[in-house]
Amino acid sequence: MNAAPSLSLVYRIPHLLPLDSGQALGDVEIAYETYGTLAPDASNAVLVCHALTGDQYLASLHPITGKPGWWERMVGPGKPIDTGRHFVICANVIGSCMGSTGPASIAPDGQPYAMRFPVITIRDMVRGLVALLDGLGIARLHTVVGGSMGGMQALSLAANWPDRAARVLVIAATARHSAQNIAFHEVGRQAIMADPAWAGGDYYAAPAKPDNGLAVARMAAHITYLSEAGLTEKFGRRLQAREAKGFNFDAEFQVESYLRYQGSGFVQRFDANSYLYITRAMDYFDLAEEFGAGAQGGKLADAFAGTQARFCIVSFDTDWLYPTAESRHIVHALNAAGAKVSFVELSAPHGHDSFLLDHDQLDRVVKGFVE
Amino acid sequence: MLLHTPPTSLGLRPDLAAIATHVEFGSRVLDIGCGDGALMDALQTQMGCDARGMELDGALVERCVARGLSVVQGDANADLANYPDKAFDYAILSQTLQTATRPDRMLDELLRVGQRAFVSFPNFAHWRTRAALMFGGRMPVTRALPVSWYETQNIHHVTIEDFRDLAKAKGAGIERAWFFANEKQIGAPAANWRAEFAVFELSR
Repeated sequence: MNAAPSLSLVYRIPHLLPLDSGQALGDVEIAYETYGTLAPDASNAVLVCHALTGDQYLASLHPITGKPGWWERMVGPGKPIDTGRHFVICANVIGSCMGSTGPASIAPDGQPYAMRFPVITIRDMVRGLVALLDGLGIARLHTVVGGSMGGMQALSLAANWPDRAARVLVIAATARHSAQNIAFHEVGRQAIMADPAWAGGDYYAAPAKPDNGLAVARMAAHITYLSEAGLTEKFGRRLQAREAKGFNFDAEFQVESYLRYQGSGFVQRFDANSYLYITRAMDYFDLAEEFGAGAQGGKLADAFAGTQARFCIVSFDTDWLYPTAESRHIVHALNAAGAKVSFVELSAPHGHDSFLLDHDQLDRVVKGFVE
Repeated sequence: MLLHTPPTSLGLRPDLAAIATHVEFGSRVLDIGCGDGALMDALQTQMGCDARGMELDGALVERCVARGLSVVQGDANADLANYPDKAFDYAILSQTLQTATRPDRMLDELLRVGQRAFVSFPNFAHWRTRAALMFGGRMPVTRALPVSWYETQNIHHVTIEDFRDLAKAKGAGIERAWFFANEKQIGAPAANWRAEFAVFELSR
């Protein structure tokens, strides 16, 4: 394809964006892509929320990597989320680095925010998305859908803005980050911060960026997105481009080579400080806590009290990052709240990342629920 | 969950049709072991019900979601515990009681989450079953119970009289009962001999 990379639309939020930390952000910009046509009564809008390292290039060419959109197999004409019927929106979350306001953005003093950017939460990201919906004149979404961190945003929207979505589709997600989830993220953050080029976050004008640290963070995280069986099937103990072990520390095994490739590709398109801020937001996520009196007090069912939305929760049997038990926890809370909820655990060999891969049954569930 | 008889009028098995035509219009219903959602669909479209389902088989859950029903993949033996008390006007358990790990506890759960319960099951005391055991000397394989003993999901065979005893022991009142043979409803006399299937409506 010869077309130049599309430049996203940008919405400037015309008011201060209040944050859970108590701070507020001004001049917030939200970069977004849309597909399909908004009905005159704005009843056919579907908001797709992206994952940690995702972006708004849902079903259009990525301007940096030149690769197809990250959910092109799910979104398009005649696809499960049918752009012939629905107006599909995907926006870069605040804190990220693909056009929405984040730590790499220029602060009012003319310098990048870097670590002066306020710590944000999943709910703050959704505040930004809701502001965008206001700007687009969409009072009530036909469906909000998301996988992984996108699922957290969908849950947060359903709980905090219960009138803004008629259907809520949550795939391979969780209502709270576990100690293990936080632990893996901390490994990634420490890898970035241990890179001398990170320089306290002030690297935007420097010749070198903390690519080594960010690559290691990505490598560690990438392992959590795959299943042991998937890794074994794909790589086993096979050696990379050699007949025998070389007794050195090159990427001798195929799996090492693969991870290094993942890491080096990732740093081309992602900002290390954004990685710090977004992983922190995910670690802070505990939807029940938001609706409880005390710090540990909330009941998840309270988050969904009185909701009129229909929910569909999907998990994968080999996902050990956000295992089925976490989805069941959400389902039990929705049941207790009397919500209309469907739940299905799909069988897939590829762990957490299964939601991004070919899976006919997922297609049918998404199509059936969104129609 | 277990399809023993072909569909009849309204596209429903006779035991499901009996249930569908006797729930109150507009009631809240939980269908446990809802299969492909045929009963739920009829309850929602024809009886104005707010129907929810539970089903163990993921492929069937997928079909339910695709037809717009709210169905949770789950095991009735364990997952009923997650529903609040009296969350539903009716809890429906069709052709599933005899597959439960503990049918007595499942009956308790039905009457906890529902004001009333509909329970349908194959009657092990049907004359054909009795004859197969008496004259064949082997575990019966009949039209109503088509699977051999070693692979059947029916681990707790039950008769109509057994069920009446269990309901009594649980303090559950029998509101109504329907009996079926040859895919048709039959009268109550000697039902424990004559009926292949039974449907009971219980309250507590």
